Amino acid sequence: MSIKQTPNGFSLDDSGKRVVVDPVTRIEGHMRCEVNVDENNVIRNAVSTGTMWRGLEVILKGRDPRDAWAFTQRICGVCTGTHALTSVRAVEDALNIQIPENANSIRNIMQLALQAHDHLVHFYHLHALDWVNPVNALKADPKATSELQQKISPRHALSSPGYFRDIQNRLKKFVESGQLGPFKNGYWTNPAYLLPPEVDLMAVTHYLEALDFQKEIVKIRTIFGGKDPHPNWLVGGVPCAINMDGIGSVGGLNMVNMNQISSIIDQVREFINNVYVPDLLAIAGFYKGWTYGGGLASMNVLAYGDIPDRANDYSADNLMMPRGAIINGNLKEVHEVDLRNPEEIQEFVPHSWYKYPDGAKGLHPWDGITEADFQLGANTKGSKTDIRQIDEAAKYSWIKAPRWRGHAMEVGPLARYVVGYAKGDKEITEQINFTLKTLDLPLTALFSTLGRTAARGLEAQWAADKMRYFMDKMMANIKAGDSATANVERWDPETWPAQAKGVGFSEAPRGALGHWLRIEDTRIANYQCVVPTTWNGSPRDQQGNIGAFEASLMNTKVERPEEPVEILRTLHSFDPCLACSTHVMSEDGQELAEVKVR
Amino acid sequence: MNTTASNRPPRVLVLGIGNLLWADEGFGVRAVEAFQQRYHTPENVRVLDGGTQGVYLVQEVREAELLVVFDAIDYGLPPGTLKLIEGEAVPKYLGVKKVSLHQTGFQEVLALAEMLGDYPRQLLLIGVQPEEIEDFGGSLRPVVKAQIEPALRQAVAYLRRQGVAVRRRAQPPVADAYSAAIGDMARYESERPGPEQACRLGDERVLRSGAYQVAYRPADLDGVPLRVGLDQHLDPYRQGGRGE
Repeated sequence: MSIKQTPNGFSLDDSGKRVVVDPVTRIEGHMRCEVNVDENNVIRNAVSTGTMWRGLEVILKGRDPRDAWAFTQRICGVCTGTHALTSVRAVEDALNIQIPENANSIRNIMQLALQAHDHLVHFYHLHALDWVNPVNALKADPKATSELQQKISPRHALSSPGYFRDIQNRLKKFVESGQLGPFKNGYWTNPAYLLPPEVDLMAVTHYLEALDFQKEIVKIRTIFGGKDPHPNWLVGGVPCAINMDGIGSVGGLNMVNMNQISSIIDQVREFINNVYVPDLLAIAGFYKGWTYGGGLASMNVLAYGDIPDRANDYSADNLMMPRGAIINGNLKEVHEVDLRNPEEIQEFVPHSWYKYPDGAKGLHPWDGITEADFQLGANTKGSKTDIRQIDEAAKYSWIKAPRWRGHAMEVGPLARYVVGYAKGDKEITEQINFTLKTLDLPLTALFSTLGRTAARGLEAQWAADKMRYFMDKMMANIKAGDSATANVERWDPETWPAQAKGVGFSEAPRGALGHWLRIEDTRIANYQCVVPTTWNGSPRDQQGNIGAFEASLMNTKVERPEEPVEILRTLHSFDPCLACSTHVMSEDGQELAEVKVR
Repeated sequence: MNTTASNRPPRVLVLGIGNLLWADEGFGVRAVEAFQQRYHTPENVRVLDGGTQGVYLVQEVREAELLVVFDAIDYGLPPGTLKLIEGEAVPKYLGVKKVSLHQTGFQEVLALAEMLGDYPRQLLLIGVQPEEIEDFGGSLRPVVKAQIEPALRQAVAYLRRQGVAVRRRAQPPVADAYSAAIGDMARYESERPGPEQACRLGDERVLRSGAYQVAYRPADLDGVPLRVGLDQHLDPYRQGGRGE
């Protein structure tokens, strides 16, 4: 009998043809995905495998807790700042350190800038090519493209026919030279691509504009964080002094820096409002019929919340990005989330290549253990070094299975927006309603791959607006005479207790992020990170609940199993980042995505 | 952007890429750090620790007319071999074998810069063959570390040939009292606890508990005993008899 019901409501059938995608491209890190499709090419079983070993916890042990942020920000190049922020928050929590208001505002602006930046880069440079066909853009009429651009976003200045013709010629030259560069590995003749050539050309043009524009956002982090592109962080606040009357680059933040940041914030809002969001709506309009990919989004979503309005208050009421958990699709009830409660967040390993003393039990991250145990199930095809087909009945991923009160959860922009909507957050509700109305779609459309992609764009817009809020708030605070940016009263380890434990959390661009640490004799005794992709990329658990990636692929129709653009589309909508959810690379990373149909 | 006005010095980017946490993979970053410490450069030179930033580095590369990259490269040569690659061949070397996550990233950065019409006029890759990258949290191996100074000499000689006035600093710039140990190779190394204190593989409480049993058996698949590939890095610990 090959059909299995999972407790979280999915019917798995592995009797059909097996399709293996390894590695999944345009993500950070190494990931493999296997699905079974039925005779109509509909996915009936999905298996997501993190193919690298996770070892961050191991390298932090014994280090100075004040340095942990610097290690965590080197894990990968994508969400450097979020890890750093989460790490300093965890240490501050452990040592009971209060940070000044200005530090809170600056950290929030940096975090919001990262959100806006990451979402923008993800949409155009990692995800757009799942919807947009650059080869098809060569067929576009530049004049019609110009008209389209002026219609969807009249305020965006770059819209002349000549401008689009230039871009098209440049693209043509690039394609004809045979080196597709970032556009290689695409399935450009696949019928899953539905955009007219003009929309393709417009989107490719904005791909290039976004590439150019994103450098501006980085400057915010550079000014506040100093060293670019790896900003400095500080336990107790931020490592930049405020000296409004100062001049030049010496002496900290002055009026010139503040004005520059203020002006960049306005540009970011403009770009998102005039380019990103209009593109999103235009593209979505052509894919309205493609309703796949909801997975756990309509059932179980989790957000820790972030962006504390007042410093040092991490209660749900003070967090501008919402916190809460929704279970079994009941939007009427949003559960409070407590990262300290040993009964809430737990990680399980029955299907992960780790071992616990008691393998069936889940462990709260403060008691977390990271002990590798690589073994394959009896029904594996191939060998340990060349797995042709994984056996999901046994251990099959380097990602642990985190659960919230036993439930597999989705995290990320869509989870945050569903929680915000369920809580009646005014701004989030308005954004969602506007989007659904514009596209003439019901609320259920939100629970889809496209909904996930849309939530990310709306959140970028929200984040840019909130940067303005914190900038104004900080300027008012400075005017009122408070220029403090750091509290170093407890910098000296002599002031610390012999033992302490803390938790720091944030909403990383790709979802809820938590760092749990224990400090013993001024050194890190245990450090556990549960990152967003651990939640989303989770394998099955003891009860057989499938994870968010797996659930999202279920029942999707694949046009051509040998060109799984639909699989990539849905996986990319999560913005997976496996560099920190798993750590060690596999023996030989292949250059190209390998797709095998068995 | 690729043409230099005659009265203006070229914009130069000295870039180190790689991941500090992966032993020899940190070569590029350590080299550029050392460059910054030892040399003073004129205004037209930007010295940058690019880490694993990937696509975010496009703008930096686009603005550069002359690009010098330090990186750990798998040339297939003996560990510690320093090899210089110039011009058109550079992207090919960056793509030969994916030593780490950032490398396809950097090859793509160059492709994007080219597509945007701003490719560096001159490119020099100063690469060293890594000895060990499978040591998460570790530092450069001696043979690789020994190549930092020669790599800097090569970079300085190259820049001077291009008319860039690189001067040796009398003293290194003053470090920030609150900066993290990772940014200083000596502290990064000296503050790393030994493997007996902070096991580099897993949770020591489990390793020492006796519950820890090595599940290391060659898998017998298709009747052929096979070596385990993915967790060979555990071997020294197994051989070290840590089970007691």
